[in-house]
Amino acid sequence: MTRTVTQGRQTKSGLQYSAAARVALILFFSALGAIIMIPLVAMVLGTFKGGAELWRNGLNLNPEFSKWSLKSWRYLFTGVTIEGELLPHSYFTWFKNSLVIVLLQTTLTLFISSFVAYGFEMYEFKGKNVLFMCVLLVLMIPFEILMLPMYVQANSMRLLDNVWGIMLPFLASVSAIFFFRQYLSGLPKDLLDAGRVDGCNEYAVFFRIMLPIMGPAMSSMSVLVGMGAWNSLLWPMLVITSMNKYTLPIGLNTLFTPYGNNYDLMITGSCFAVLPILLLYVFAQRFIIDGMTAGSVKG
Amino acid sequence: MTVVRRFLYSKKIAPYVFILPFVLTFAVFFIYPLASTIRMSFQDILPGQVQWVGLSNYRRLLGDKVFGQAVFNSVRYMLITCALLIPFPMLFAYMISSKSMKSAGFFKSLYFVPVLTSVVVAGLVFRMMFSELPGALMNSIRGLFGKPAIYWMKNEYSSLLALILLCCWRWTGMNMLYFMAGMKSIPNELYEAAEIDGANTVRKFTHVTWPLLKPTTIYVLTISIYAGLAMFTESYMVFGNNTSPHNYGLTIVGYLYRYGFEKLRMGYASAVGLALLVGAMVINVAQLYITGAVGPRRTKV
Repeated sequence: MTRTVTQGRQTKSGLQYSAAARVALILFFSALGAIIMIPLVAMVLGTFKGGAELWRNGLNLNPEFSKWSLKSWRYLFTGVTIEGELLPHSYFTWFKNSLVIVLLQTTLTLFISSFVAYGFEMYEFKGKNVLFMCVLLVLMIPFEILMLPMYVQANSMRLLDNVWGIMLPFLASVSAIFFFRQYLSGLPKDLLDAGRVDGCNEYAVFFRIMLPIMGPAMSSMSVLVGMGAWNSLLWPMLVITSMNKYTLPIGLNTLFTPYGNNYDLMITGSCFAVLPILLLYVFAQRFIIDGMTAGSVKG
Repeated sequence: MTVVRRFLYSKKIAPYVFILPFVLTFAVFFIYPLASTIRMSFQDILPGQVQWVGLSNYRRLLGDKVFGQAVFNSVRYMLITCALLIPFPMLFAYMISSKSMKSAGFFKSLYFVPVLTSVVVAGLVFRMMFSELPGALMNSIRGLFGKPAIYWMKNEYSSLLALILLCCWRWTGMNMLYFMAGMKSIPNELYEAAEIDGANTVRKFTHVTWPLLKPTTIYVLTISIYAGLAMFTESYMVFGNNTSPHNYGLTIVGYLYRYGFEKLRMGYASAVGLALLVGAMVINVAQLYITGAVGPRRTKV
């Protein structure tokens, strides 16, 4: 009798506890979510308030609906300023430059890095371990340390102010090689011998058999590489000098001046620069997350 | 032609062809630059003239107060971001994985959004939020408490706060995901066993989750140390350029940038870069030893 009562009480308190926990957790994570959204909400509000207002009052969460207009957005898309005059800007040139680089760099990086990873994973050869240590070494050393001599090197190779200068050092991407090698190690190798028996040479085995079944790894990496290329500032800023070759981050950076004359373009342009990635995230969330966490899962 | 073909297609040569792109990139964009930066660090380089100066760049570096400040700033930033961006995301990951948590997927997606924004966009937005205008976000928060507006970016601690908040804003969601991925690999039986032994939620965290998350923690710690010490773009964006009042925002890489790209003193800049490289390596090896990832009790990597 007593036992039943205690048990009943335990269950009851357990239930109460979990209901309280549920509410507390939801409240806590909602609050965290709200804080995290503040900068983005402020940015979106800013695009409707317009540059003059931003310059006068700064970026804040006050919606001020009475001041809302779409004129900043109109300026972004048509080049017609708030005052109604036509003043062409280079935003979409930068946008296009970034887009071209993202497409080229992603395609080439995936192809080259998977090619290299295949070599490391599928063959035994002299010097393999030493060379793979080199991959890990590059992975460990931050790019910033080497940016100066890399710049000197790019200069002597006449790669400055050239899109290839932005991409070339990163096409055999060590993080992608590392990720692909891990992925390949989980695939059955009998396939390769089957291919060889059927008369494929070493490269055909890669192109015809391996490449087609690397789809999931490719999707994860493409998002990671593409996002990196889209958002990268430092190296492109060093390499590119002419304004018509600017990538989007370099261009956006030049719009922030103390005079506030470009704030309309800067705020809408910043917002619009996040949009493609956000859209991609909505449709390919799993790939983005897989790609981003790829490094932490040990192999 | 057929000889070349047969050579390239042989099973002995094929692996080298496969890894050739990496070897070339490694030689041209890593080994050669690394070697030349080591050489340049012993030289005084002015446009048009190169002079061998031995160790004098390093000697100068040791007595350079501004470099000392840059190191101090970078190390302080690294320590604070590590102290904030490891325990809290881990705890949040544990909490969000709780059975009592509803719509965890929605929140996970939400927290990941800052990871998608570039340093440039995030930096521009933070710079405007921390502007000295009375109506700007941070000053309007002060206004709510009846405090006057301040120059956020012209004061040592308030500008540091801006950098730290920017970093936390961008990486909390990412680090949570790392820890959640790590938690997925912890077998459920361990939690059940702990429950049978009478462990409550807190004990389950301290005795099961925390010790078994060690590999993930080491990984996150490693990338955080490197990212913290090599931080530059964030400061560059939030302060507007590579100069900040009293060098409050100056980092080691910022100092390298100042000498390498602004003052064009490549020799001295190379010495700065190598000092950073050595520092990062030492810290990392020490950390790997302390955490037991390498060394006498070597675990399988």
